[in-house]
Amino acid sequence: MARAGSDGQTRRAFGVLIRIDSVTKRYPDGTVAVDRLSLEIPDRSITVLVGPSGCGKTTTLRMINRMVEPSEGRILLDDVDIMQQPVNTLRRSMGYVIQNAGLFQHRTIVDNIATVPRMLGWGKDKARARARELMERVGLDASLAKRYPYQLSGGQQQRVGVARALAADPPVLLMDEPFSAVDPVVRKGLQDELLRIQDELDKTIVFVTHDIDEAVKLGTMVAVMRTGGRLAQFAPPAELLSHPADAFVEDFLGADRGIRRLSFFPSAGLELLTAPIVAVDATAEQIAARDTTDVPYLLVTDLDGKPLGWSEPRELTAGSIAVDQLLPYGRPFVAGTESLRAALDCAVLSPTGWAVAVDGEGRAAGVVSQQTIGEAIRGAHAERRADGTAEKAQKVAR
Amino acid sequence: MNELFDMPSDIQQGYFGVVALHLREALLPVLAGLLVALPVAQLCVRLRWLYPPVLWVTTVLYAIPSLAFFVVLIDYTGLSELTVMIPLAVYSLVVLVPAIVDGVRSVPQETLAAATAMGFGPVRRYVQVQLPIAAPAIIAGLRVASVSSISLVSVGMLIGNEGALGNLLNSGMIYHQDRLIWLSVVGTAVLAILVDAALIVLRLLVTPWMPRGARKNARTTAVQEAAR
Repeated sequence: MARAGSDGQTRRAFGVLIRIDSVTKRYPDGTVAVDRLSLEIPDRSITVLVGPSGCGKTTTLRMINRMVEPSEGRILLDDVDIMQQPVNTLRRSMGYVIQNAGLFQHRTIVDNIATVPRMLGWGKDKARARARELMERVGLDASLAKRYPYQLSGGQQQRVGVARALAADPPVLLMDEPFSAVDPVVRKGLQDELLRIQDELDKTIVFVTHDIDEAVKLGTMVAVMRTGGRLAQFAPPAELLSHPADAFVEDFLGADRGIRRLSFFPSAGLELLTAPIVAVDATAEQIAARDTTDVPYLLVTDLDGKPLGWSEPRELTAGSIAVDQLLPYGRPFVAGTESLRAALDCAVLSPTGWAVAVDGEGRAAGVVSQQTIGEAIRGAHAERRADGTAEKAQKVAR
Repeated sequence: MNELFDMPSDIQQGYFGVVALHLREALLPVLAGLLVALPVAQLCVRLRWLYPPVLWVTTVLYAIPSLAFFVVLIDYTGLSELTVMIPLAVYSLVVLVPAIVDGVRSVPQETLAAATAMGFGPVRRYVQVQLPIAAPAIIAGLRVASVSSISLVSVGMLIGNEGALGNLLNSGMIYHQDRLIWLSVVGTAVLAILVDAALIVLRLLVTPWMPRGARKNARTTAVQEAAR
C-alpha cells in the first residue's frame, strides 16, 4: 500500500497498516503470553491496547518491532511480513516510547533525540537541527538542549522520549505505557500534547496502557485484552462504553462507564435559557421585568458578560446587587464544544442545580437545568439506537 | 638538598628513576587486567551462570601469595619486571571484573530496551550505551586496583632488583638509613594518592552527565565491593 503524502485529501482515508494475523507467543516454560491474536491496526490513527497486567499487551507491542518473536502467526506491515526485512532496519522505521522514557543518561537531550537520525547516517549538524525542531514540537524549551536527562523532570524526560521516537519521522510509533510513571496532572498534559502532535503528524500509533480512561481518551480504536493474551473486544471507545462485549469488558470499564460515555455526546443540542442572566448594574425595574417562572435564580454577570454568581430574584429586587453574597456557580462548560458529560458535571456541582454555559471567551451564554440535560441524554441515546452505526461519531473535546 | 635524594650504590637509578619504575610496574598490570576484565565481564553479563564461578576463580587467584607466583614464573620469565607484573595483573581482576559487571548491570532496563528498539545491535549497544554508563563504576574499580597495585609492587624486592621503592626500603633497613626508609614509604603513599586523584579527575571529565550526589555512591559501592 503506497503511503500518501500529507495532503489533506487522502490523509484521513484509513487503511490497515499493521495486520496481526493469528499470532501466538508461547514461552519455553509453556506460558502463553498472547493467544491467537488477530488485529487490524488502522493507518494514521491511535490504536490502544488495554488490559490488566499479564494480558500480553506489551508482548503484542514488542512483537511488532520484533523485540519478541511470535511463536505462531505473522505480522504484516504495509502488507509485507515484518520478518522479511533486517531487524534493525525495521526497528529504525518505528519510533518507540517506553515507560520512564529510557533516555541515554550519558548523552545530552539534543543528542538523545538525534540518536536514530545519526544511525541512519545523517550528518551531526543536520541531526541536531532536526532534534531542536522536535524539541519545539513536543513543547520543550530550547534551553534544555545541552542538559543531561537527570536535570529534567519526569514529564520533560517523557517529552524527550516522544521527540526521540519521532526524530527520523517513522510512519509507526509504538508506545509502551509511556505516561504511567508520571503524576496525573503531568499525565493529562502529555496526553493532550500527544493528541495535538498526532493531529499534526498523522502517525500510526500503537499505544499500550492499563488505564482504561487513558485508552478511551486517546484511542481511535481500543483493543481490550484479557489475561492469557486473548482479545476481548476491539472497537472505537464510544462503542466500547455503550456495548461492552461481555462481563469482563464491562467490569474492566468500571462502574461509571455510563457517565464516561457522555463524553461522546456533544452539548450543542442543549437548549440554553438566557432569561435569568442579568448584568451586575441592572436596575430593580429591569430585574423585576424578567420572567422567573422557569428559573428560581438569576445569574449575575459582570459588565463584560462573564458570570459572577447566582442570586435569588427577591434579593435582587430588594435593591442593588451585593456581589459578595452571590452563590458560587461552579465550573461552567463551553457551549457546543464540550460534551454532555461536562454539562452534567457542571449542573451536579452547581449549588442551584443549574449549569452555566459560556462561550469561547468565557461570557455567559445561558443556563441549563439538570432536567434538561437528562432529557438531552435520553434523546441522544434514542438517536444512537435509531442510527445504528452512529457509534463512530467523532469524539467531543472534554 | 641533593643529599636528600642520593641513592645507595646497589640501586642503579636516581630516586625519580625508581619512582618511575614503580609506577610502571604498578599500572601496566592494572591496564592489562582491564583489557582482560572487559571481555570476561561482558561474558558474565550475557551468561549469568558464568559470573559466580568467575568470581570464585578471581578470588582464589587473589589468595595465592605473590611469592608462590614468583617461584612458578621465574622458570618462564626469569628475574624480570614481567615476573612481578603478571601476579599484579591477576590480582587486579578480583576488583575489576565485579566493578565492570555491576556497572554494566546497573544500566536501567528501559534504557536497554529503548536502545534495542531504536535498532542498536549488541556490539553497538555495549560500546555506545552500556560501557559509557558503566564508566563511573569501572573507574571506581580502577582506583582500588591501582592503589592496591602500587603498594604491592614492593614485594618484587623478593626476586632481586624488581621491587622499585621496595628495594629502597630494603636498602634502608640493611644500611640503617632512616632517610631511605622515609623516601620509600612516603614516595609510595604520595604515588598512590596522586594516581587516585588523577583517576578522580578522569571520572569527572568523562561523566559530565552524572548528578552530584550519585558520584560519591559509585565510589562507596566499589570500595565496599573490594572489601568483600
